[in-house]
Amino acid sequence: MIDFVHPALIFIVGALAIPFLGGPVRKAYLVTIPVLAILAVLAIEPGSYGEARFIGQGLLLAKVDKLSIVFATVFTIMALIGMVYALHLSSAGQHVAAFVYVGCALGVVFAGDYLTLYLFWEGMAFASAYLVFAERGRPAIRAGFRYLMVHIAGGLALLGGIVLHASATGSLLFGPIEGEIGSGAYLILVAFLLNAAVPPLNAWLTDAYPEATVTGAVFMSAFTTKTAVYVLARAFPGTELLVWLGTAMALYGVIYAVLENDCRRLLAYHIVSQVGYMVAGIGIGTEMAVNGSTSHAFAHILYKALLFMGAGAVIYVTGRRKLTELGGLYRTMPLTVALYMVGAFAISAFPFFSGFVTKSMVVAAAGEDHRALVALALTMASSGTFLHTGLKLPYYMFFGTDRKLEAREPPGNMLVAMGMAAALCIAIGLFPGPLYALLPHPVDFEPYTGAHITESLGILMFTALGFVVFLKALDPENTISIDTDWFYRKGARWFMWFAERPVARYEKAVSGVSETAVLPFLHGSARAGLRLDLHGVDGVVNGVARSILEGGGVLRRLQTGVVTHYVLAMIAGLIAAIVVFAVVWR
Amino acid sequence: MIKRIVDFFGDDEYQQQRRRLFYVVLVLIVAADFLVPREHAEFPWDRLPGWPAAYGFGSCVLLIFVSKFLGHRGLMRREDYYD
Repeated sequence: MIDFVHPALIFIVGALAIPFLGGPVRKAYLVTIPVLAILAVLAIEPGSYGEARFIGQGLLLAKVDKLSIVFATVFTIMALIGMVYALHLSSAGQHVAAFVYVGCALGVVFAGDYLTLYLFWEGMAFASAYLVFAERGRPAIRAGFRYLMVHIAGGLALLGGIVLHASATGSLLFGPIEGEIGSGAYLILVAFLLNAAVPPLNAWLTDAYPEATVTGAVFMSAFTTKTAVYVLARAFPGTELLVWLGTAMALYGVIYAVLENDCRRLLAYHIVSQVGYMVAGIGIGTEMAVNGSTSHAFAHILYKALLFMGAGAVIYVTGRRKLTELGGLYRTMPLTVALYMVGAFAISAFPFFSGFVTKSMVVAAAGEDHRALVALALTMASSGTFLHTGLKLPYYMFFGTDRKLEAREPPGNMLVAMGMAAALCIAIGLFPGPLYALLPHPVDFEPYTGAHITESLGILMFTALGFVVFLKALDPENTISIDTDWFYRKGARWFMWFAERPVARYEKAVSGVSETAVLPFLHGSARAGLRLDLHGVDGVVNGVARSILEGGGVLRRLQTGVVTHYVLAMIAGLIAAIVVFAVVWR
Repeated sequence: MIKRIVDFFGDDEYQQQRRRLFYVVLVLIVAADFLVPREHAEFPWDRLPGWPAAYGFGSCVLLIFVSKFLGHRGLMRREDYYD
C-alpha cells in the first residue's frame, strides 16, 4: 500500500484544508495539490489496490491499467490548469467543490468495482452542481437544480443496474460486460450514456454548463463526459449501438451549434459533437478505434478547456455572453484571441495541432472497419466544428461588428492557464509520440502523411470558403433552441398545473364528503380518546413535546434557506463519507 | 507580434490582402491534393483529387442551411420561452 497513493484521495483530503488557508499560502496550496497528484499518477504502477469484502462481495478500491492511467494523467494535468485559471477567486467554496469534483472523477477512473464507482459517480454530480449554484442568479439556481435532478435520475438508473447486474453475474467487479446485454447492463449503459450526454440524454449539459461560473465551467467541460467515455470504453467496447449513437451525436451537436447565440452554450454543443467521435470509436471497438477514442478524449479535455477559458475570459471582462452583443474585442484582447484560436485549430484538427493526431485516428478506424457512412458523417462533423468554433464564434465574439465594448486582457493567472493548455495542444500535435505511448493498445498509425494533410486542409479551408460566402446566413439570432430538456421543463409545468387544478379539486370533493359523513363519527371517537388521554398519556406526551420543541428551535436556526449552504453541507457529508470509506477499506 | 497578426485579421485596411492570401491558399491546397501520392485508399472517393475541397464546402453549406431550416421550423424560440 505504501507504493500506491490514490490520486483521488490527494484531492478530496486536500480539499479539507482550503477554507483554512488564505492569501498567497492558499494559492500556493491550490497549485501544489494538483502537482502532487500528477506526480502520484506518474509514479503509479498497474495493479490492484485496496481489496476488501462488503456484504459478501469482493470490492476493489483501485484497479490500475493503461486505460485508467491515460485518463488519470489528463485529469490531473487539467486540474492544475483549471486551478491556475481560478486562482484569482477569493471564496473557498468553488475551490473545494472543484477539488472534490476532480477527486471523484479520479475515483471513477480507478474504481475496480461498481460500488466504488457509484459512490464517486454521485460525488461528481453533487460537487459539479455546486459550480453551477455558485453563479448565484436565478437562471443558474434553476439550471443547477435541473442538472442535479437529471444526474440523480441517472445515478438511480446506475444503482438499479448495478444491483440487477450483480445479482445476475454474482460479481460487483467492474470490467467489460461480456455476452448478451441483460436488463441490468442496459440500465448501467443508460446511466453511462446520460453522463456522456448522448442524445436524447444530452440536454442537461447544454442547459447547465453555460450557466456555471466562468471558472467552474472550465472544470465541468473536462470531467463528467470524459469519465463517461472512460467507463464506456471499459465496459462496452465493440457495442454496435454506440457506433450509431456516436455518429448521430457528432452531427447533432454541430446542427444545434449553428442556431446558438450564447457563446458557452455553442461550445457546450461542441462537447456533445466531439464526445460523439469518442463514443463511435468505442462502439467500433477495434484496437485502433479505442486508441483513437482515448487519445481524442485526452486532446479534447485540453482544447475544450482552452476554448471555455477563452469564452470565459470574454464573459469575465465584458459581462456579456451573447454573440449578438459581442464583437470587435480583438483590439483590446489580442492575446485572448490568439490563445482561443489555438484551441479552435486544435478542435478543428488542423495539422500540427492536437486534434489532427487524435480525431483522425477515430475516422481512420471507421475506414479500416469499412464503415463508409460513419467515416463520411464524422468528416462532415469536423467541417461543422471548424465552421463554429474556428470561424463563427471568434468572428462574432472578437471581430465582426465593433460594439465599442470596454475591455482589457483578463487577469494574468487566466492567461497563464490558457497558455499552458495552448502549449499542450501544440506539443501534442507536433510530437504525438508520448501520447501514443500512453494509449492502451500499441499504435500503428501515422497521422502525418501527405494525403492526410492535404485532405484535412482541403476540408477545413473550403469550409472557410463556405463561411465567407454564406456569412449573412450565419448571423446569430436572439433566440434559444428547444432541446430534449423541453420534456422536463415544460412537462414539470404541466405536472404542476395538473397538481393544482384537477387533483386539488378532487381533493376538495373528497374532503367535502368526509366533512358530512365521516366527521361525526370521528368526533365521537375523539371524545372517547380524550378521556383516556387526559387520564394516562398526557404526562408522557408533554415531556416529549417540550423536548421536540426545543430541538426544533435549534434546527430552525440551522436552516438558512440559502441553496449554496445546503450544497456545501452535502459536499461536506460526501467528503466525510469518502474518508470513512477510504479508512475502513484500506 | 501576436497583436500584429491578430490586427491583420481584424483591421479593415488589410481586407484586400486577406482576401488575396485566402484565395492563394485555396488554390495551393487543391493543387497539392493533385500532386500528393496516394498509395492507400480505403474508399473510392479517397482516390479523387479535389474531393476533400468539394466535400468540405458541401458539408459546410449543407450544415448551415439544414440547421437554419430546422431552426426556423420550430427549434428556435424566443428567449423567454421557458419563463
